[in-house]
Order: sequence, then C-alpha cells, then structure tokens
Amino acid sequence: MALKTEEMILNMGPQHPSTHGVLRLELKLEGEIISDVIPHIGYLHRCFEKHAEAMTYPQVIPYTDRMDYLAAMYNEFGYALAVERLMGIEVPERVEYIRVIMGELQRIASHLVALGTYGADIGAFTPFLYCFRDREKILHLFEITCGARLLYNYIWIGGVSHDLHPDFIRLTRDFITEFKPNIKELNDLLSYNQIFIDRTANVAPLPKETAINYGITGPNLRASGVKWDLRKDDPYSVYHKFDYEIPVGSGERGKTGDCWDRYIIRVREMEESLKIIEQAIEQIPDGDVTSAIPKRVKPPVGQIYTRVENPRGELGYFIISDGSLNPYRIKVRAPSFVNLSIMGELCKGWMVADVVAILGSIDIVLGEIDR
Amino acid sequence: MIYDWLHDITGSELLAAFIQSWLPLLLFILPFVLVAVLAERKVSAHMQDRLGPMRVGYHGVLQTIADLIKLLQKEDITASANDRKLFNLAPLLVFAGSYAAFAAIPFSGAFIGSQIELGLIYIVAVTGLVVAGILMAGWASNNKYSLLGAMRAAAQIISYEIPTLLIILTVIMVTGTVNLHTLSEMQTGYFWNWMILGGPEFGLQKFLLIPFMMMGFLIIFISMLAEVNRTPFDIPEAESELVSGFHTEYSGMKFAMFFLAEYANMFAISAIIAVLFFGGFQSPFGYLGNSLGWEWLVPFEQFFWFTVKGLFFIFVQMWLRWTLPRFRVDQLMAFCWKYMIPFAFVILIIVGLITVL
Repeated sequence: MALKTEEMILNMGPQHPSTHGVLRLELKLEGEIISDVIPHIGYLHRCFEKHAEAMTYPQVIPYTDRMDYLAAMYNEFGYALAVERLMGIEVPERVEYIRVIMGELQRIASHLVALGTYGADIGAFTPFLYCFRDREKILHLFEITCGARLLYNYIWIGGVSHDLHPDFIRLTRDFITEFKPNIKELNDLLSYNQIFIDRTANVAPLPKETAINYGITGPNLRASGVKWDLRKDDPYSVYHKFDYEIPVGSGERGKTGDCWDRYIIRVREMEESLKIIEQAIEQIPDGDVTSAIPKRVKPPVGQIYTRVENPRGELGYFIISDGSLNPYRIKVRAPSFVNLSIMGELCKGWMVADVVAILGSIDIVLGEIDR
Repeated sequence: MIYDWLHDITGSELLAAFIQSWLPLLLFILPFVLVAVLAERKVSAHMQDRLGPMRVGYHGVLQTIADLIKLLQKEDITASANDRKLFNLAPLLVFAGSYAAFAAIPFSGAFIGSQIELGLIYIVAVTGLVVAGILMAGWASNNKYSLLGAMRAAAQIISYEIPTLLIILTVIMVTGTVNLHTLSEMQTGYFWNWMILGGPEFGLQKFLLIPFMMMGFLIIFISMLAEVNRTPFDIPEAESELVSGFHTEYSGMKFAMFFLAEYANMFAISAIIAVLFFGGFQSPFGYLGNSLGWEWLVPFEQFFWFTVKGLFFIFVQMWLRWTLPRFRVDQLMAFCWKYMIPFAFVILIIVGLITVL
C-alpha cells in the first residue's frame, strides 16, 4: 500500500530567533529539504513614504534613521545628498569628510552586526559578542559626536548638526589600532574555522547573471564576482580622493557567490573602510560645518533620483518636489527589500539548517524592508 | 560499603536500597547541576569578555538557586493538541535514562551505587532510554520544530552509539572486564598505569597501545559529545534553526527535568571517559591517606579525584561549546559513518591484534 505523503509547511517566524527581525518565512519541506520559500513581510510597516509627504524636508531626516536602523548614518547621508542635489547646494569640504568618516564607521558597525549574528546563526555564539564589543566602540564615537547611539539625526541638509568632538580624531585613531587585531581574531575564530567553512562554502551559490537579473546590490552582488560599488562607479561626496579596493568574491573556499563568499566580503570591506577612515582623518580640512544649512528648505519644482552605497547595497531616494515645503513624493529603493527577493531562488533544494545560513548571509534589516 | 552501613542502621534491606538509590541524586547530581549551570554561565561569560551573573550573591553564586525557584513556580503549560500521556512521560523517561546510568558509576572505592558485573554495558543500555524519551517529547508536543528536533536527535544518538561501543569494546579487549569498579581498580598506582597510556601492564604491549588508546579516546569523546547533544553536535536543539528542538513546548519543572538530564548526562559521559581512559577514581600520584596511615581518608581522596576528572572533561565540553559553530545534519551523519566508524573499526582490529600478540 502506498503511503499518503504531503509536503510539510513550516512557518519560520515572525517569532523565531534567527529571522533577523519580524520576518515570516513559509517553508515547504520534504523531510528536511526545502522545496519552496515564501517570505511574508510587512510586520514593521510604518508608512514612512506616505508619512514623509506630510512633513517638511528637514523633518524627514529622523524618519530615514528608522529605516535601516543598523546603518542610520548612511540613510541620512543619502537623503541629505538627494535634497542637496535637488536644491543645488554646495556643502563645505569639512562636512563631506565628516560624512564619509561617519558613513564608513557606520559601515563597519553594520557589518559587525551582520558577521556576528551570522556566526550566531551557524551556532558559534562567542564571535557575536566579540563583534558587539567592537561595535560598542563605534557607537561611543557616534555618541560623543551627536549624543545618540542608534538613531542620530546628525547629517542635515547642507551640513551636519554638530562639529566633531575635540577628542574625536584621537579616539578614532585609537579605535583603528585596537580594531585591526580584532579582525584577525574574528578570522581565526570564525572565518577560517573548518566547521564554519563546511557549513557555508558551496552553500547556495548565487550566479552572476541571476544576481544582476534580480537587482541584487552591495556585498551580495560583489560576492558573486561583479565589481560594482557606487562609491567607485557613481562617485559622490569625496570618495574619489581616497585610495581603497573593492573586494569581490572569488570562490576561494567553494563556488563563487556562496554563503562563505558573502560573509568574507563583509570582513574585507571592513578592512577597506578602515583605510578610508585612516586617510580621511589625516586629510580632513578645517572649516564651518553649519554654514551651508539653508534656513528654509524649499526645493524648486522637479524630481531627482540619488543613490549611495549603503552597507547593504544601493540605497536610492526618488524625490518629487512641487515647490512647496513638503516633498510631493518620496520613494526609497531599499537594498534589503530587493536582496530578500532572491531568497526563494537561493533556498530551493537546500536544508532547513541552510535557510538560516542563507538568510544570514543576505544580511537583511526588516526596518528597511517594511519601512 | 555504604549499603552495608545503611543496612546496619536501618535494619531493613528494602529501606537501605531505597535510601541508597536516592543518594547520588541528592548528594551528587543536584548539587552538581547547581554548580555546573553556574560554571557554564561563568565560563562562557569570561570567554566572551563578559562577567556573567553578578547580582545574586557574591559574583552571582546563588543565581542558579534563584533560577530554580523561578522554574518551580512557573506555569506548567500543556497545549490542547498535545498527546498528554506521552507529553508527561517523556521528561521522566529522559531523566530516568540519564539518572540510571549513575547507579553503576564508581565515585570512589567505597561508594558505587551497584557493583554490576556488566557495568559498562548496563550504562550504554540504559542511556538508550533517552532516545525513546526524546522521540516521545518531539512527537507528543505536536509542534513541527519539536518533531524535526526529535527526528534529528534519534538519528544522531543511534548513529554515534556505534563508534562509542566500538571503542568501549577496544578497551574491554585490553582489560578483560566490563565492571567499572574493577576497571578503575586495575589502573591504580601512578598515572602511567592509566589506559590512555597503555594500561597497567608494563611491556612492549603498553607502548604499542599508547597511540591507539589516544586515538580511541578522541573518537569516544567526540561521539559521546554527539550523544549528549553538545556543541558542535547540538543539532537537535539548534537554537537558531529549531527554536529549542524537542523541548520547545515544555515549561516549568518538565523543562527543568530535561535540563537536569542534560547536565547529568554531561557528567555521566565525563565519568565514563575518566573510568575508561583516565584511571577512574584513582589518584594520579598515590594517596595522602596511605602515606599518613589514615585509611579512612582514601575513599574521600578517590571521590575528590573522580570529581576533578569529571569536572575537567565538563570544562572541555563547555570550552568547545563556546568556541565551535555547529554542523549541519547531513554533515554530522557523514562525519559519523564515513570517518568515525571506519577509524573505530581499524583501532578495534589493531588493538585486538596487539592484545593477541
């Protein structure tokens, strides 16, 4: 007699320890093998885009913080850049340097969370706390600068809210010297651990063409071997003045674009960000940081799309202005949202334990997906 | 010895046996779990640049007691779709399996629950109960995560029992006994009489055995880690995937039973490894009691050494847990069947040849 068999549907999340927020994944299983994954999102939806239409341009900035709450500085950076381009504001050079320093520090902090939680997903809990220990030092730097540790409201249209703290440069130098050996420690403990490599290398490789077709950006795209980084390919701010590399995945331990590649790209990007910060704090000019901040932000009628390389990929702001004090429409291209769309494609045929590894390697932030 | 003493005091065989069966739990397992849970938290904390529990008592020493009281007063939740009977039976079975193993563990020359001739075989057999309990828990919970965890656990524990048994056989071939007490008594004297260093008989055989005994120790340690679901083999309760595996649906004291069983198991496997390879309760360098002429001190010293060896292996287990990531199910099985079992067989055959020669 043939037994009746059916697929098992497993709802992973929204209350699950490793869905990185309130994401629900509907897994269709045959035993432990995945036949389909459907992500259900929207648990964190706050109507950011609609809400922004009822506020003046500067008032939107604190709300951009709350999208990708692990890279709040970069969200402000992108938004400020978009409005400045719309209004044609030239910002002082010192402001540009401060923004780049903050942005790169934020990139390191964001990658540290990604790497630490990825280790925890795979079952190694200690690297998670090591990463958070280092992130804490970056948050301290932000705190002495603007008083906030998570949601800053620091980068304003035309400038920044405060100048750097007198100790900032010295403390940043200290941080860099302390942090470099810690990257090596992380590599020894996690990246080159044989069990970790077995769990992640060759798992769910993302081919170059599929990545491009799905619109994947950021470290996930670069891990697949595409050298595409907006800091180099569509330069903004003062990034052209620094000397740094764009790491790309090469399938060092398995296939190009596998989970290990996506992981190690982030480790290498932290090293490159350190290079940028080192150069920036050497070159930073003196000057006033608030002089270009307009009294009334009233952009002319028009529209603009501005994109920046956020820690998670291409963060784009599309702003339509009708010439009033409030934006007519703001649309955000959220990198996490686009990157999550690859989930179903990647997970097919892998095991339940791999879903966690794959989701962690994509590094999503639900606050940004749902907005 | 303790049994005779209890028998003299109470005058009843039944009462003496009853009291004696409770002794390991009250005197050893419960206090040990209290210490071990705290130790686990402190060890992990200090490995992770943290302090761990600091508030309850000096450096948090009373934290576990506070947690225990909290667990006692928690609501005992049973979902309506649970299979009541199995759901309630499962934690008891899991705990009984790991507790029964303590009957044959020789804590010292004077204190051993029961001098079973087939001690080693008995332990392997009763710990098999744990698998049934885990499967029951997973099935009765009526929860998909629990079921997946239980299925993984059963497959894992049964597979890894094979290399464990093969290595136990290897040691039995050299010693010729499965009585844990006799096994410990054999390795008396100094630490070079321990099985890991080739056993008590001096000669060519001893030196030939040393490399194989060390490899055997590694294999049995790894496979026993897998049997008690500790990292890197904590797949049945993999937190990041299965929430907490087969005991997801348990709360209150039932959860505490699983917890107790886990730590009791940790000590049981450390004890078996200590008896098989590290001289059991024997001191590595003679007894203070013997040299001072205080005969009564020796059993206490033996108890001390046994606990120290057990705790050392528990520390190693914790150390591994907070260092290594976890395997995936198929990798775990492949590791067992492709590497551990063939290696264990080779060791078995070679050691067999050595002992015959």
